Amino acid sequence: MHGFANPTRFLKLAKWLTPLLLLSGLTLVAISLVWGLYYVPPDRLMGETVRILFIHVPSAWLGMGGWTAIAISCLVYLVWKHPLAAISARAAAVPGMVFTVLCLATGSIWGRPTWGTWWEWDGRLTSMLVLLFLYFGYIALSQAVAREGVSPRIAAIFGLVGAINIPIINRSVVWWNSLHQPASISIGKSAIDPAFLVPLAIAVVGFSLLFGGVVLARMRALLADFQAEARLRRMALEIA
Amino acid sequence: MYEALNQWDFVVAAYAVGIAGTLGMVAWAWWDMRRAEAKRDKVKRK
Repeated sequence: MHGFANPTRFLKLAKWLTPLLLLSGLTLVAISLVWGLYYVPPDRLMGETVRILFIHVPSAWLGMGGWTAIAISCLVYLVWKHPLAAISARAAAVPGMVFTVLCLATGSIWGRPTWGTWWEWDGRLTSMLVLLFLYFGYIALSQAVAREGVSPRIAAIFGLVGAINIPIINRSVVWWNSLHQPASISIGKSAIDPAFLVPLAIAVVGFSLLFGGVVLARMRALLADFQAEARLRRMALEIA
Repeated sequence: MYEALNQWDFVVAAYAVGIAGTLGMVAWAWWDMRRAEAKRDKVKRK
């Protein structure tokens, strides 16, 4: 792992991996969404709205996965002080926030015809909304830290502490009475019919590949900005 | 009061939001990366 913390080695790897992840992700997402829209039968209870889950479930998974990636990167930064770990934490923030917004929006659209309400202040929905606010806070804090040129340590601590919300989201449907259904998939078990499970699995893999591609693209952008600024600063010092 | 909701309206709305959000994010990340790398290469050549 330490070997890939070298920016030159990372850039060499990311140069071919970024388009590969984005293209394979877009292909799998397109296949799963067309499958979900045209070839999946209506569900016995949810009817046609079951099709929304092919966007909602991967979005929820990646909203939480994004913060998990932030927390792991922050931990690596705090322990080993790798600058690339701080950059990867920043890079995961915007895609994680976008997927959290998509999860809340598609969940709300699904809830109106299924539950009869756009929003309910129950444990699962509220903890997911808290995750969105944590993303806002982390993005603002890490941008301010980068702009002021101070150590990213405070943003890393925020990223690590915010991870406490992830198990709360996961267990919210068990701890509190909720309109939201409990988990349908656990390790080695699934309550979902294969007619829905196969396109759902393709959607989860496709959106995850897209997430990985976007994180790599963001890391390359942040690293390039950092290198350009460092070069300009050196040139200014030489002139002075 | 009973409301007759067309479920397909909600499916189409969710897909529109999901696809627009995802494609927008991918396009922004890709172009911002290209912009930053072009700027770095330009500064390097100076």
